[in-house]
Amino acid sequence: MTCSSKRCPSTVSAASTKSVADVPRPFARSGHWSLSDAVSLREESFGALAYHHGTRRLVFVKSPVLVDVLRRLDDYDTVDDALGALVEPGERDRFANALASLARSEILSGR
Amino acid sequence: MGADSTLRSRFERGLDAPICLTWELTYACNMSCSHCLSASGRRDPRELTTQEARDFIDEVAAMQVFYINVGGGEPMIRRDFYELIGYAVDQGVGVKFSTNGTRLDAGAARHLAAMDYLDVQVSLDGADAATNDRLRGAGSYAAARRAMEHLADADFGEFKISVVVTSENVSQLDDFAAIAAHYGAQLRLTRLRPSGRGVDSWADLHPTREQNRTLYHWLVAHPRVLTGDSFFHLSPLGAPLDGLNLCGAGRVVCLVDPVGDVYACPFVIHERFRAGTIRDRGFAALWRDSELFASLREPGSAGACSACGSYDACRGGCLAAKFFTGLELDDPDPECVFGLGEQALASHAVSIRPRPAPDHSRVRAVVRPHHERLG
Repeated sequence: MTCSSKRCPSTVSAASTKSVADVPRPFARSGHWSLSDAVSLREESFGALAYHHGTRRLVFVKSPVLVDVLRRLDDYDTVDDALGALVEPGERDRFANALASLARSEILSGR
Repeated sequence: MGADSTLRSRFERGLDAPICLTWELTYACNMSCSHCLSASGRRDPRELTTQEARDFIDEVAAMQVFYINVGGGEPMIRRDFYELIGYAVDQGVGVKFSTNGTRLDAGAARHLAAMDYLDVQVSLDGADAATNDRLRGAGSYAAARRAMEHLADADFGEFKISVVVTSENVSQLDDFAAIAAHYGAQLRLTRLRPSGRGVDSWADLHPTREQNRTLYHWLVAHPRVLTGDSFFHLSPLGAPLDGLNLCGAGRVVCLVDPVGDVYACPFVIHERFRAGTIRDRGFAALWRDSELFASLREPGSAGACSACGSYDACRGGCLAAKFFTGLELDDPDPECVFGLGEQALASHAVSIRPRPAPDHSRVRAVVRPHHERLG
């Protein structure tokens, strides 16, 4: 659902130490997560492109539903709440995995 | 992980806005590297004004282009250089700029280190002065190393050392990596194209097939090294290299030159690949409606490569490399790993190699014979 490219050009360079605030927290569905302030999310026909200005990482989000989740994640206290409201029951684990990978690449930040 | 094939075909049909674009700020340069892809040297008097440049940045920001690659010529020569890159960053557009380092003194390094969303790429084409200066001119190695010292002293962080891989420096990859490690910098290797003044130097300077094989395996073994996605023509040698592995020209990238002309990519500054000028209707309209870009976004034919089982890996290679060596656009890449490009070059009875145009190379002073002054 997501895929990141880290040394492409035209797309990206790998993580830079500059501008990256701190080590990402471990992802948990019971926590509050939202799009990092350093991320630009640009909608595309296949979903969206997300670019992290700090790590210079470009991520392809290949599901319009996931794009919607990303945009609205901040409105919910926990990831589980967001998934419960926005995603079909059978799809929630798959989406949680996608969010976990976005958290690892610092596209999401937690508090 | 690279882009999967569905995503790749989506990219080949073009995005509503570029992922990034290259903006050559000026053709003025205080060096005259023999492989300069923009044939830079003299400033073009029609250069965009500061206000035009700011308007362009506004448009790029509105399109949500993630970042711009700023180059030249030597971009730091423009008097409004800091104003423009600062303005771009303030609008949320990241900036990566390439410099020969001659203007990057201690004060400049401190200024740059204080900025966010900014990458600096210092060009170096040899791991020692002799190799580097043969291509880039006397004193250029020392100047680049001085700039790197200043960036390190200013705690800039992980700046980039940008190397164009040639037949002369391909044996120095480990040395470049050591220089990068010395500064805590990141190494970036890109492909030599026969563009700009490279039209004349490419034949001597491009890596041989054997050297390209070595390069491929070195890249696989050094995944942290950046490549600008420029070596996808080598992907048939094994697992695809990291990146999009496609020609992004007019699809996900493009070039805006110092006078506002828009070209399909940084390596095809030539009338054949000029989409128009931002001075007419702005950039966004050109990106969306240009006939040239529409044609580049049509499903391409594999042409001479259709019988090759590796077409999916390299997509026929680099448009610019083919164009400026006189190949057809559906011929194999001149550096095809199977040698099919060399065969194609040899088989064309007539090969017309386009000249770079515009060409801003400085004209060497001609000493006129005494008798011409008479009469």
